[in-house]
Amino acid sequence: MIPEHLRYVSTHEWLDPKTGKVGITDPAQEQLGDMVFVEFPEVGSEFAKGERFGSVESVKSVSDCYLPVSGKVVAINEDLLEAPEILNQDPYEKGWLIKIEIKNPAEIDELMSAADYDKFVKEEAGEH
Amino acid sequence: MTEARFMEGLVQEEGLIFERSREGKRAFSLPEPDVPVRGLSEIVPGDLLREEIEDFPEVSEVDVVRHFTRLSTWNYGIDTGYYPLGSCTMKYNPKVNEDMSRLPGFAHSHPYQGDELSQGALRVMFELAEFLAEIGGMAKVSLAPAAGAHGELTGTAIIRAFHAKNGNPRSKIIVPDSAHGTNPASTSRCGYEPIEIRSNEHGCADAHAVAALMTDDVAGIMLTNPNTLGIFEENLREIAEIVHAKGGLVYCDGANLNAVMGIARFGDMGVDVMHFNLHKTFSTPHGGGGPGCGPVGVVEKLAPFLPLPTIERDPDGFHLNYNLPDSIGQIISFYGNFGVMVKAYSWIRSLGPEGIKAVTENAVINANYIRQRLKKHYHLPYDRLCKHECVFSDAKQLPNGVNTMDIAKRLIDYGMHPPTNYFPLIVHDAIMVEPTESEDKASIDRFIDAMIAIANEAQTTPDLVKSAPHKTKLSRLDEVQAARRPVLRWKPGE
Amino acid sequence: MRRYIPNTDADREAMVREIGVKDVGELFADIPVESRLNRRLNLPEAVSEPELISLMKELSASCASAEQYSYFLGAGCYNHYIPGIIDHILTRSEFYTAYTPYQPEISQGTLQAMFEFQTLVCQLTGMEAANSSMYDCGTALAEAAIMATRVLRKRATVVVSSSVHPEYRAILKAYLGRLGLKVKEFGFNESGRADVASFEDSLDDDVAAVIVQSPNFFGVIEDLAELSDATSSVGALLIDVVSDPISLGILKPPGELGADIVVGQGQSLGIPMSFGGPHLGLFACREKFVRQMPGRLAGRTADHNGRPGFVMTLATREQHIRRGRATSNICTNHQLMALAAAVYMTTMGKAGMRDVAELNLLKTDYAKNRLLDMGAQLVFSGPVFNEFVVKTARPVKAVNESLREQGIIGGLGLDRFYEQFDDRTMLACCTEGVSRDAIDIFCEEVTRR
Repeated sequence: MIPEHLRYVSTHEWLDPKTGKVGITDPAQEQLGDMVFVEFPEVGSEFAKGERFGSVESVKSVSDCYLPVSGKVVAINEDLLEAPEILNQDPYEKGWLIKIEIKNPAEIDELMSAADYDKFVKEEAGEH
Repeated sequence: MTEARFMEGLVQEEGLIFERSREGKRAFSLPEPDVPVRGLSEIVPGDLLREEIEDFPEVSEVDVVRHFTRLSTWNYGIDTGYYPLGSCTMKYNPKVNEDMSRLPGFAHSHPYQGDELSQGALRVMFELAEFLAEIGGMAKVSLAPAAGAHGELTGTAIIRAFHAKNGNPRSKIIVPDSAHGTNPASTSRCGYEPIEIRSNEHGCADAHAVAALMTDDVAGIMLTNPNTLGIFEENLREIAEIVHAKGGLVYCDGANLNAVMGIARFGDMGVDVMHFNLHKTFSTPHGGGGPGCGPVGVVEKLAPFLPLPTIERDPDGFHLNYNLPDSIGQIISFYGNFGVMVKAYSWIRSLGPEGIKAVTENAVINANYIRQRLKKHYHLPYDRLCKHECVFSDAKQLPNGVNTMDIAKRLIDYGMHPPTNYFPLIVHDAIMVEPTESEDKASIDRFIDAMIAIANEAQTTPDLVKSAPHKTKLSRLDEVQAARRPVLRWKPGE
Repeated sequence: MRRYIPNTDADREAMVREIGVKDVGELFADIPVESRLNRRLNLPEAVSEPELISLMKELSASCASAEQYSYFLGAGCYNHYIPGIIDHILTRSEFYTAYTPYQPEISQGTLQAMFEFQTLVCQLTGMEAANSSMYDCGTALAEAAIMATRVLRKRATVVVSSSVHPEYRAILKAYLGRLGLKVKEFGFNESGRADVASFEDSLDDDVAAVIVQSPNFFGVIEDLAELSDATSSVGALLIDVVSDPISLGILKPPGELGADIVVGQGQSLGIPMSFGGPHLGLFACREKFVRQMPGRLAGRTADHNGRPGFVMTLATREQHIRRGRATSNICTNHQLMALAAAVYMTTMGKAGMRDVAELNLLKTDYAKNRLLDMGAQLVFSGPVFNEFVVKTARPVKAVNESLREQGIIGGLGLDRFYEQFDDRTMLACCTEGVSRDAIDIFCEEVTRR
């Protein structure tokens, strides 16, 4: 199930508009497989919408993570440093990656809803 | 076809060497000092001295020999059996070449002892470079690079130096999607941005695609020929013309030279820079991951940019030349992996021109024979003449839940080393088979029979394949755990 | 040639028929005619094995070797004793004819040896993590410097002491120059140590790493603790180069003295000089930098039945996954040389490493004192391990010619690498391989007018 209260981008990250938390989606973690490492940005660093802020790694792949909206990093999920498998187990709650201060709330409107994202994932799967 | 039996033999257990350690054990033997003995702290200030190397092993000579001999028995080498690892050219490593590299004037000579005391070694290097230049159709060859990737780095640096000398180093290099990962990594290391082109439906680089990307800002193109599908890049000449027309240079990764030696030469196809892999094509052992040697060959106009030093011949003999003002500089200490060069030199001398050509012919016959006989049993994405290797996939087995990894692991139970898996990336779940010339038909038939048996098992007893290997010391290892919580060294009490 | 190509004519005929072509030539039909070589390769004709052996023996015999000569020549390549068992282990062909251990179930021998090597290098250097080796010390240093600029992302300069091996510095400059990174040099003082005062002037917040070698190219042992303080004061990393790791049998390890990355020339650890290669690059760092480290790593894990074993790990750093953005383009290590070093360190063990280091120190001390007694001038006053710089009474070239006639290969003329030294300045080395008699002859010739 794709949570209704989050917003999504085509690079498979989600944003919680209320809390500013950012993570990767369930289809994304499924595709990447067992997570072994998360590369975080420094707290305090700023990124533009669509900019790479870090990456997640499985044994044999690295996937860059892009920020859904412009913002400043205010926290990282340190639990993932010790136990990256949380990303696989609970990508939308305990597996959040970073928390940001959203710079331009108008950008949120450009993001996909749960329904849009669901459709997008199905289309993408159809292509392959 | 019955499964191989040798894995059913006795497997010795052996812990880490540190676990064998007991205080007071000795494996070494040194003479007593023949000079006056003084306290260390009288010679070197005490604050620079250490007490002891903490936790270093203390073992007997028998311990050392048993320990490493047991470890060796858990390995699989070319001498153990068939090793069809695609794009790695795992051919037989002749024993006499090992002996030659251990001759005292080669193994126990110092790189700074001077040209006049090193003429034999310099001659080996000079002539080997000449042999390689002839085989590749290049004007001049440097033997300095220590490995294939190091050769790529060197070759790309030469391209950069050439363009820089002409006023603009340019910023991009074209790399096909079928390339080895080292290709884009090596170009990045020279400050270039790799730009990828897709292969066409024949599995080759597409001349139109190259033309579309080739601008004044592109330094050149980096190709592998035959490519990683084992297919000859038939458009290479045309591509070279397109690249040259824009002032670019053509780099050819010689990883797959075993497919064309004595039949065709890259220099005759418009290639400006190439590297050789002595540890693949020229029979020097891989050593479990090095040392290799990746000489770089160039056309005449690029010779001034070769790394330091070059080896020259004049009436007085052979000498090292450091006087090359346009050189890319030094890329390794001394002159590279000389011991490896001795082995490759010995191999070329043993084979001669006819032998080298016969190597190519037999490697290509063996690969095509496998392609022909296995294509009924395994999906062959590019069904056409191949050169030294052929690429299958697991598409026929996947419906039964058996994938490339499973097939590879199951082959181990049949007493053979698996082919290369999941490479090249442009074939989904690739199985890349390179037999080399050092196998005969009987050996290859055994491999084919094993592969057919596994294809049958994938239908009848898929779980048997999915849980393979069954006969090795260990079953499949947990790589996720290893990467999540890395344990990279032993510590006391662990 | 038949001995390496086992197919018989009948085999080939049967296979060509099965493939469905009329002859071997047809298998090359895809090579455009104009690209084909329509002649024999111009190479020497094949020789038989006995012919090859006599040819190669003749070439080998024309080269000086440690079998005939005593070597006072070091400078980054050392004639240390190699225990006999090493080559017996290396010639186990399960080791040397294997590929990279991509299939861990049938590569546990190589993988466990890698893990043990990593551990031994950590113990020797006092560092927390080591990779399973690089090509050589020079390329390892270049990789270390590039790694420092990855750890400290916004910095783009490294400063290096000119008492680091000249070839390593040349490689460093060539590697970094292509990436647009800057290399600055600082000098040494009359003790032969890195000149801390002059290098502190070159430190600023663009400096990612300070590079020194200890013992340095002149044999002098650096004060790493002092250099470490100065380096960390600007937040940069200290990279220490170890050109003869035998020294660590008695010297305090760089890890204890504040080094962040240690690279080394592992040749001294049981690897023949081999006219300059193949040698071994050691590479170790602090644990927190592991994911920025280049090169292969073996890690401990378990199989599906819970039995302990080893795999290559943290592969996402490497070129086959990260491609253009890998930590390095390096695709291999020098595994067989790393195995030799692992066997050497194991054979020598705790006591042997100390004993062999002591022998080097004592012989060097004897040579230095003898030279001083004979009126020779030593160029530097700092403490040394097994190398030192001495003024020769005649040009180094002439001294070495006299020595050669007496079965000795003399030291290196430093004017080859340094403008400030004349042709009577020699870098000399005394390993455990030189006898007191040889040292006496050496000292005689160095001081003879």
